[in-house]
Parts: sequence; structure tokens; C-alpha cells
Amino acid sequence: MRNIWTICRRELYSYFVSPIAWVLLAIFAFLSGAFTYIISASFVRASFESQMSGQSFPMNLNEQVIGPLFSNIAVISLFLIPLISMRLFAEEKRQGTIELLVTSPVHDLEIILGKWLASVLMYGALLVVLAADYSFLFLYGNPDWPPVATGFLGIFLQGACLLAFGAFISTLTRNQIVAGAIGFAAALILWILNWTTSFGNSVTVQVLNYLSVVSHLDSFTRGVIDSKDLIYYLTMIFLGLFLTARSLESLRWRA
Amino acid sequence: MIQVDGLSKKYGRHVAVDHISFSVEKGDIVGFLGPNGAGKTTTMRILTCFLPPSGGRATVAGFDVFEQPFEVKKRTGYLPESPPLYPEMSVEDYLTFVARLKSVPSREVKQRVEQVMERCSVGDVKGKLISKLSKGYRQRVGLAQAIIHNPDVLILDEPTSGLDPKQINETRELIRDLSGAHTIILSTHILSEVEAVCKTVIIINRGRLVATDSVEHLKQRGAGNAIQVQIDTDGTGDLSAVRQRLEQVAGVSKVIEKPRNGTPFVFEVQSLPGRNVRADIARAVVHAGWNLLELKALTSTLEEIYLSLTGAVAEQPPVSEQPEPTVETVGGTK
Repeated sequence: MRNIWTICRRELYSYFVSPIAWVLLAIFAFLSGAFTYIISASFVRASFESQMSGQSFPMNLNEQVIGPLFSNIAVISLFLIPLISMRLFAEEKRQGTIELLVTSPVHDLEIILGKWLASVLMYGALLVVLAADYSFLFLYGNPDWPPVATGFLGIFLQGACLLAFGAFISTLTRNQIVAGAIGFAAALILWILNWTTSFGNSVTVQVLNYLSVVSHLDSFTRGVIDSKDLIYYLTMIFLGLFLTARSLESLRWRA
Repeated sequence: MIQVDGLSKKYGRHVAVDHISFSVEKGDIVGFLGPNGAGKTTTMRILTCFLPPSGGRATVAGFDVFEQPFEVKKRTGYLPESPPLYPEMSVEDYLTFVARLKSVPSREVKQRVEQVMERCSVGDVKGKLISKLSKGYRQRVGLAQAIIHNPDVLILDEPTSGLDPKQINETRELIRDLSGAHTIILSTHILSEVEAVCKTVIIINRGRLVATDSVEHLKQRGAGNAIQVQIDTDGTGDLSAVRQRLEQVAGVSKVIEKPRNGTPFVFEVQSLPGRNVRADIARAVVHAGWNLLELKALTSTLEEIYLSLTGAVAEQPPVSEQPEPTVETVGGTK
């Protein structure tokens, strides 16, 4: 446990003393802020129009603002997550510091969990920015809070599972850019798998849709924690970390 | 402290290390010598549990590197060829991290970090980012990192590579300092380093063990069969006569003229293996009525032994002079 924390702490140190963390936070703050503004502004205009026209449409902050916002944020994070995970192992390999880690009295699993945890916390820092955006909705509106909470949980789990895969991809190369590019492609593929639903409803399509990271987010943003989705994310996290462990182990046999 | 038994490592079909066996006693400083690509780094990586061996056994501090890597890792400090540093960290933060990583108890971390910074004289840059440090400082931080958990065994892969002469001296000084408490293996392809620092040498070439011996023994091994003679004939004999006389001495295999500083009567006399011809030569020279000005055994430098053992062609003549007490030599009692 202590070793995991030691490694995690050092990883966070590197995120925050280098520009990575701050650049990511700035980009995310700008994008999430812009989306929050655009979506809530159109909601406000729509509700004005509905009142002006006399025939009031049912307006719902949760369904019309918070739900779409989560979907947009999910897509933004697909782009940002490879930037968080790409350095995890690639940088250690390039610097040769992997030799320090591997020849220290720590288990591979502790190294992997420490690094993954750090990347998840880094991602969590982005979600704190998002929470600040949402706080305005609570300040000026009156949304239901449970769907917001489950939405955060869902988006957090989605990030954690993509980061686990990102960590695996990062073990494959010593070049951060390559790790980032492959990680981005992988995230993109996991995202667009659910587009196949427009091609009908065969078994293949259902399987592909199930594998997509994004299709499991919907129930969370609606305030439902479906065990099917929860299991999906946890399995994917486990799979990603398992592959990382195997890859790190094989590094010694290949090196 | 370290036992290596028939150790092999293959990368695919390429054999990097081929059945190497040696052992290192507690408190020794051992130089691991070989040309680039000889398998030094691979062997060290196996000893530090970074790489698994393909065959054979290695034990460090009584623990097998493959069976009980955790115990081995606790007891070894390792400085890879390029120090494993995080450029974005400050020296103190980095060493604190390594101390925790190496399971130094939380209470002692701060104290240990202070100690190794003092020991490796990096205290004056403790707040600096590692990326801003000079090569010499980085190497010292690398050493500090290796000794922070007070390991029994220190494995240093080319600790002085890329340093300037002053830094090289400082680093060697530091390594010599450390030798009391730790058993040290250091790899190098610089021979003077081995002579300056190590007690024992292990020479490998193309993955095979070529020699393992103490520095003193190894030097003597290449010597003994060649002696240098300087004669003053007082004008009673020319060069070829002297040469002939020397060649007639029993046991002499070859006489080479080696004129020096304007005196032509200097010869290198090589004898048959196992024969000590010094006394006979002295007698022969005196008998001929000449004066024997110098008679000394030639010792090979480690460099020449190394080159001959690793199969490289020496550019210099095979032996060079190494003064020895003249009295002892003339007496031929060695």
C-alpha cells in the first residue's frame, strides 16, 4: 500500500511540476466552460420562448442541460485522456528510470496501480473543474442532484477505464507521441463502436454496442446505476490493468 | 556475497552472456572489464533482477535472483549506465522518493537523504532541478540513489562514463570510500579505472569469462618471461657480438634490440616459459668482461593483458617497462 502511494505521489508530482497538468486543466476548463455556457444559454432562450408563446413546454434542466453536457464532456475527455496516460510508462522507458522502479523492492502490480491511480487523480482534477461549472446550474437553477452525482460517477468510471488501457498502450513504446496517438485511436474506436447501432440490431451490433465506452454512460446521466454498466466499466479497468501487468512483465523477457 | 554459476543470457539466437561463473567476497571491489558489447550490462542487469537469466544461477547476499528477487532487490543498489533520474524533480525530492521506494522506514527517510547528500557531496544543489545539473552532479545523484538504503551490494554500470577527468577522480574517490561497508561490482572499459579502484578483475569478452584474478596477479601473469638488459661493453664488443652472447644463454628464446636514448646496447630478452634466465645472463655478461648496467623484469600493464585476452591487436609493443627493485632482480631470487 505504501509503495503504491509512493509511486502515485511521484507521478502526480511530475504531472504538476511539468506543464502537462496545467495545460490539460486549462484546455478542459475552457472547453467544459464553453459547453456549459452554450447549452445553458440555449436552454434559457428556449424557456423564455416557451413562456413568451404562452403555451409552456415542459422544461427540465436535468434532461436538457445536464444530460447533453455529460455526453459532450465524455467526448472531450476521450481526446484528453490519451494525453494523461501516454507518459505513464513510455517516459520511464525513455529516461531509463524504469530500471530504477523494476530493480526496487516493489511489485509490478504496485507500480502499475500507483501510476494508474495518479492518472485517475489527475483526471479527477479535471472533473473538479467540471463540478465548478455545474455549481452555477445549482446556483441559478434547481436541478435534481442524484442524476448529477451518478453522471459524475459514470464519467469518472469511463475515464478510469480508458486510463487503464492508456497505461497498457504506454508500456508498448518508449515514445510518448506514439503512445498518445495509439491511445487516441483506441479511445476513438471504443467510442464509435456504438455508432454501429444505426446498422440494425443484429447480435454483432449488440455486442459492439456493449463494448463501446460511451453507450454505458447514458444510464448514469439519467440517474440510474445499472449493474450491467457498472460491471462493464469495472471489467474494462481490470482488463486494461491486467494487460499492463502482462506487458510490463514481458518487457523483462524482451528487453 | 555474490555467486554466479554458469550464468547465460540469450536474446533470441544471440548469446549475450555465455556460461559465466565467478564469485565476489564481502567487502571486495570488483572491476568488471570488457569491450563494449561484451555482456557486462546484461550480467549486471541479471544480478539486479532486471532481466531473468536464460540459464545458470546467480545468488546475491545468499538469495537467488530468480527465485527471491524481492530479497535481492532490498539488498542491492544499482546505478545503470545512464543514471535513472527524473529531470523534473529536485535532487532532494528525488532522493526522498527513492528512499521511500527502497523501503527505508518513514522515520529515517529524511535523515538518510541528508546522509547520502552529504556523502556524495550533492548537498549544495539539493533544491535544484535535476535537469539543470551538470553531468558530474547527475552521476553523483545517481550514486546517492544507489546507496540510499544502505545496500550490502552495489552494482555500478560504468560509473565514470562521460565525466571529465576531475569528476572521474572524484567519483573514483567516492567509490573507494564506499568500499568498506559495501561489496561493489563496477563495470568499465577503462583500464586505469580498474587499476585505480579495484582489488579484483573479472574480464569478459563476447559473453565469455576470460580471466578472473586479483589486479596484482593478473599483472604478473603477463610478465616474467621478458627482461630488459642494458650493457656497457667499454668498446670491447659490437652489437651483434653482444647479441650473440645473450642468445647463447640457456633458456633464452629471443633477443630484441631496443636502443634507447642513444645507447644501442639495450636488449629485451625473452625466455622460454618457466625459465628464469636473469642470473645466467648476469653471469654471462660479467664473464665476457662487460658491465651490466641494468637488468630488470618487465611487467605488462593491465592494458596489454586486457588487449591480449580480449583478442584485440595491441598497437604498442607487447611489453613495456615497469621498474622493479634492482637488487632483487640481479639476485634473480624472485
